[in-house]
Amino acid sequence: MDALDRVVKPKTKRAKRFLEKREPKLNENIKNAMLIKGGNANLTVTEVLKDIYAVKKPFAVLYKRKNITRPFEDQTSLEFFSKKSDCSLFLFGSHNKKRPNNLIIGRMFDYHVLDMIELGVEKFVSLKDIKNSKCPEGTKPMLIFAGDMFDVNEEYRRLKSLLIDFFRGPTVPSIRLAGLEYVLHFTAVDGKIYMRDNIDFGWFSPPRVLLKKSGCKIPRIELEEMGPSLDLVMRRTHLASDDLYKLSLKQPKGLKPKKKKNISHDVFGTTYGRIHMQKQDLSKLQTRKMKGLKKRPAEKSAEDGGATPKKSKSA
Amino acid sequence: MAAVRVEAVLAAAEEQEAEKRRSITVEKELELEYDLGNLVAVDRNPPSAAALRGAGPRREALLQALARDNTQLLVSRLWELPAERAGGAGGPLVAQLPEPTFRLPREKPPPKPRPPTRWEQFARLKGIRRKKKTSLVWDEQAKEWRRRWGYRRAGGDPSRAWLAEVPAGADPDEDQFARLRREKRERVARNELNRLRNLARAHRAGSAVPAAPLHPTGHQDRDELRRVARVARVSTASLGRFQPRLPKESAEPPSRSGGKKRRFEPLLGNLAAERSRQLELLRDMGSKKPVLDITRAVNKQMRQEEAEAAAANKGKKQSKRGKRGRRQQRPGRSGKKSGARRQPQQQKPAGGGSGGG
Repeated sequence: MDALDRVVKPKTKRAKRFLEKREPKLNENIKNAMLIKGGNANLTVTEVLKDIYAVKKPFAVLYKRKNITRPFEDQTSLEFFSKKSDCSLFLFGSHNKKRPNNLIIGRMFDYHVLDMIELGVEKFVSLKDIKNSKCPEGTKPMLIFAGDMFDVNEEYRRLKSLLIDFFRGPTVPSIRLAGLEYVLHFTAVDGKIYMRDNIDFGWFSPPRVLLKKSGCKIPRIELEEMGPSLDLVMRRTHLASDDLYKLSLKQPKGLKPKKKKNISHDVFGTTYGRIHMQKQDLSKLQTRKMKGLKKRPAEKSAEDGGATPKKSKSA
Repeated sequence: MAAVRVEAVLAAAEEQEAEKRRSITVEKELELEYDLGNLVAVDRNPPSAAALRGAGPRREALLQALARDNTQLLVSRLWELPAERAGGAGGPLVAQLPEPTFRLPREKPPPKPRPPTRWEQFARLKGIRRKKKTSLVWDEQAKEWRRRWGYRRAGGDPSRAWLAEVPAGADPDEDQFARLRREKRERVARNELNRLRNLARAHRAGSAVPAAPLHPTGHQDRDELRRVARVARVSTASLGRFQPRLPKESAEPPSRSGGKKRRFEPLLGNLAAERSRQLELLRDMGSKKPVLDITRAVNKQMRQEEAEAAAANKGKKQSKRGKRGRRQQRPGRSGKKSGARRQPQQQKPAGGGSGGG
């Protein structure tokens, strides 16, 4: 018990940086994924893992050796791996007679399993089999979900959230419009999910670019099948309880943008500001000089009571 | 003939343009939902299940067409975002993405603020704020501005100090240089110990250690040891009533509720004790000397108020009055309060004295 109580003091700057990278922060790091092979993974499953690793390249770890565990029964070894490699997403592939070509996709919260969904791969076409141009690794993909099942069914909703989390990549404030190349399209039909990866080459063929009224060009998209395409069927699920999920969604207060006081916007986009002034003496206010309103010499002499009038200029 | 050709060519071009203009628009029953911060689009339209259930290539073609349409919509939306040329006129066109709207769970729980150290707690209680010190100090001997500490510091290099005065009450045979060195070493060690203790306290507060180990480790502090001793005493079959006690330990058994319930003496107990107590009470009431130590009570009250104020103002900014402002305010404030309190407190000196003491 004492050994766990002691604080591990890092002895080098490098160790200190390593520990700081792993501790909880306001703005979190990009989630890493670990791709693990089960005790009896076959060729299909291994290929799937390799392809997904290629898609998620700098933010994924592919374990080479087979690990004999059953995630749905015992989650401790997954949690151990997650702690060691600081990964919060995982994809576990295995194969047996009862569940052929099994993929378990899941995520962690605080190094404990949050959600796990088991999917079976029915058909798989690998990256190598599709002879087309590939997009560079590290591209932020566009994700499209088609099908009303992704909203109606609770498990499908969690699956959608998991898939977005998995394939999202880094959150960036701005993106190069020419770099929108890679599209992942998920269709949910009839209890099956079709995942297709496509690359769009609206850029490679300039004649397809069209002029819009405002003058900016929106290209016509043509898609070319590029990446791994999977036909998945949902098997078991292990979803987190509602309160644990709510706890994991909680964002700290420091992330909210600070409100600027005394500034308001109206519907038309006009920005209004408020200035707080001290009390002004309105009689001493400096207004615009309007020649017509200037006091005439006659009036002024009447007020002053017989003071010498100004010489009026003759035109 | 040339005219006909030209017309034909123009008509063909016109047709092509019209077709292209149609081709970036996509018809959908329900509008898609977009989360542009994450580059996500959700299409709620139920896909034609019958068509997709069919055989391979037709399904692929349908899926491809569906994907193309959805991608077209998403890309059109992305192109509508405010865009600028990054890196000057020739750079690539870059669009500003909005904040992602889809809520995704965090990786780790949000960080807890670290608990204040012992000095920080004391400073907050007393209202001591950080004095901003200048980085350079005027050195009289060198007649220039020197650092406060570090290389070429203002007071000269302490390791080269050639004179060490023997203080008034010290032993003449003692080595003063050795004493100075030893004291510095002790100070450094104490500082390091306190720093580690603060770290351990922060770590413990963060991880919420479940139970104190009942065997003595070298690293427990006073309160923990007291708690542990109490738990150990009470965990006997007779709940600690017949355990031998140390000479300085309190005589009454430790209450399980931690002192929240009041205890009263039995009514018909010790007659002699009751008599002596009543006589003592009468004597204290009759004497002219006040039993209550006013200054001690006032100080205690002030400390309590400051602690309450500090706890209340924890979130807000500290007042700008500072130490001087507080000092000026104190006599007026405390005078009023202690004056008001003097009357009722003299009525029950025993209660006040024993409660305060």
